[in-house]
Amino acid sequence: MMSNLTVQERATAMLIATAAGVVGLLMATAGRGDAMGVHGWIVMIFAAAMFAIVADKLEAPEPTEDRAASYYDDPTRVGILIALFWAVVGMGMGVWVASQLAWPDLRFDAAWSSFGRLRPVHTSGVIFGFGGNALIATSFHIMQRTSRARMPNQVLPWFVLMAYNLFCIIAASGYLMGITQSKEYAEPEWYADIWLVVVWVAYFVLYIRTLARRNEPHIYVANWYYLAFILVVAVLHIVNNLAVPASLVGAKSYSAFAGVQDAMTQWWYGHNAVAFFLTSGFLGMLYYFLPKRAGRPIYSYRLSILSFWGIVFFYIWAGSHHLHYTALPHWVQTLGMTFSVMLLVPSWASAGNALMTLNGAWHKVRSDATLRFMMVAAVFYGLSTFEGSFMAIRPVNGLSHYTDWTVGHVHAGAMGWVALISFGSIYALTPVLWRRETMYSWKAVEWHFWLALGGTVVYVFAMWNSGVIQGLMWRTYTQSGTLSYSFVDTLVAMHPYYVARALGGLMFLTGAAIGFWNVVMTIRHVPRAVPALDYPTSSEAHEPAVPAAE
Amino acid sequence: MAVRKRDPLTGHQTTGHEWDGITELNTRVPRSIWFFVFVTHLWALIVWILLPTWPLVSTYTRGLLGIDQRDEVQADIVQANAVRSDWASRVEALPVADILADPGLMVPVRDTAHQLFGDNCAGCHGADAAGGPAFPSLVDGDWLWGGDAETVMETLRVGINADHPETRVSQMLAFGRDGILGRDDIRTVVDYVQSLSGTPLSPERTAAGAAIFAENCASCHGADAHGSRDLGAPNLTDDIWLYGGDDASMFTTVHDGRQGWMPTWEHRLTDTERKILAVHLQDLQRGAAP
Repeated sequence: MMSNLTVQERATAMLIATAAGVVGLLMATAGRGDAMGVHGWIVMIFAAAMFAIVADKLEAPEPTEDRAASYYDDPTRVGILIALFWAVVGMGMGVWVASQLAWPDLRFDAAWSSFGRLRPVHTSGVIFGFGGNALIATSFHIMQRTSRARMPNQVLPWFVLMAYNLFCIIAASGYLMGITQSKEYAEPEWYADIWLVVVWVAYFVLYIRTLARRNEPHIYVANWYYLAFILVVAVLHIVNNLAVPASLVGAKSYSAFAGVQDAMTQWWYGHNAVAFFLTSGFLGMLYYFLPKRAGRPIYSYRLSILSFWGIVFFYIWAGSHHLHYTALPHWVQTLGMTFSVMLLVPSWASAGNALMTLNGAWHKVRSDATLRFMMVAAVFYGLSTFEGSFMAIRPVNGLSHYTDWTVGHVHAGAMGWVALISFGSIYALTPVLWRRETMYSWKAVEWHFWLALGGTVVYVFAMWNSGVIQGLMWRTYTQSGTLSYSFVDTLVAMHPYYVARALGGLMFLTGAAIGFWNVVMTIRHVPRAVPALDYPTSSEAHEPAVPAAE
Repeated sequence: MAVRKRDPLTGHQTTGHEWDGITELNTRVPRSIWFFVFVTHLWALIVWILLPTWPLVSTYTRGLLGIDQRDEVQADIVQANAVRSDWASRVEALPVADILADPGLMVPVRDTAHQLFGDNCAGCHGADAAGGPAFPSLVDGDWLWGGDAETVMETLRVGINADHPETRVSQMLAFGRDGILGRDDIRTVVDYVQSLSGTPLSPERTAAGAAIFAENCASCHGADAHGSRDLGAPNLTDDIWLYGGDDASMFTTVHDGRQGWMPTWEHRLTDTERKILAVHLQDLQRGAAP
């Protein structure tokens, strides 16, 4: 793959790896005696590996590929495989922590394997590792196809992908060592946060430059969503992670915010991470792969406009619904609640637009598990956005908050919507990317689909039951006016559901592992087939792939 | 450039654009969507008028209902206390013996004690209050500091070796580690202490052990080894062992010393709640608890 880079590009890549290695060395020496020093070593090893991979091909001949007539898919391919790897790791961690809740001895008495350290490895592993890599990889594919233009640069996409994964590794290894700034979904400490800003700016530049080279007069909806994802996540990430390091040679930092302002900033971030990372980006995925696979036009362009601007506008206000009945002033809670409810309409408009697009293709949904993944994802998107708006209503939240209902809601979205649309997209993408006739085993795709759907349903129903029971037990009073149940009583009541949840998660994990295997087997064993219409110049319009100025 | 086509299935026109084979229909936004936009916005508007919502320069719109969550919580607390005040005031006023003797009053006490004990005590003393290694049983009648209700309430209030100015303090010396007794002496005195609970021991070792005991242990545990509730020193003759009665555990105990710890509950629980827990322990011990 590295031989597809020009010698000049290889040298640039090696220079970047060297610079990263120097940063790692500085961290390792300055931060010795602190967990930051360990991270310095990890950065050095990672940079050395990148350097070696490129250096191995430094003497290879210049590439002969015609860049004017092809898309650059190498980073997309690697990104898809990395995403699947993280899926198995992150979901595996999820099954482990779920099992720890049912059988606490599974901690095995080590510090690194305690629930508090493994849980962020699970959440970051699936959200940033699996979800993030799937988003980056599919965005590379989609921005080129829908712009009918090749990426402007060959080193930048590699930098974005690899540097992003270095962030993921720093994050996960830090959690195991006990590094956290105690902000949910934003646990990594200051130097990892700064690094992610660098990565994200590079990603934004890459995306904008590709769009600027486009040969289509209009920008397709999927790109709106991907851009919203990139832009707003940058804003959220920077603001929520404003902090002062306790020392430049250690991992610890202190948030720039305090008290309820800190909580509000965190949940403004947290909720919009759901909105712009886990919704906006994946809607971009849906908007490309669903109509493509179904072979149907998008049901309504006007509905796309309404739902895009509705989602972008309303979500930003809704974060305070995470802090109902807290020290947060009442008026902020009311605002969050009302905007959450208004948000439901554009959310359902998106889900409806996707499902209506399938009109005329429902026979394919029945026979094609890949398309079925996407269809069910749209259904779960609708379900979980309804549930989210419902739970944002203050009195409802009074019952649901801090219970497993929230966990169930999050997983209805994360498993049913985010993961299913990703798997559907990966199955649609894999044969195209690797120029294969089809997936290695359609039966395996079916198995994956039913395991994923079954696992999600088992998981979500278990958590609904558990959460509602928990919430009710917390507010049950005796005839004397005092609380009926101690906390341990609720745990005893929840235990069967915890077992069921671990089982549902295991089913989902098994499906993901089958999917990973299927993709690898497709690459290794399925005959090549060059798909039509997969080159910038082979469109119906016969326009040049690269603007004349270049 | 833009070529509008008609979708044969729906009859709608496309927007005329195409991206990698994907087209879009220009279908109108369904009326139902506008209807729900209207409904949700109207609802939001009504809520904004009724409840505190929009920030102003130095204050915020208070809403026509004049509701604020702080007032609501205050009212809830007052109401909840009112529900409990009838029996709670009697628990406060009556001596423990009278409470125990009043089946009607014991109903709310037992109702309340379950959650109080479960959330505050069971973590160490066990859900059944039978204790475990290093945590004393509260139902075996063997008390370190005394088991009458007044003493238990005082122990709850100040804690043991706790962060409270009047805390109960108790520490067993590290006889071995601090060089007060040699290892053989420790083994001898351990054998002697075990013999107090009925383990056979030769007369010579009994004599040697008794001498070491009198010299080093009797000051706290008493010459008869029955312990001292003033010092929290356990009775060593009843075969009840907080840290284990086997040779190895007892060697560790004498060699390294022991220091138990119980938090002060003065600021975490009210006087009434601590009294309820004290009554609960009496109740458990008389075997009448459900």
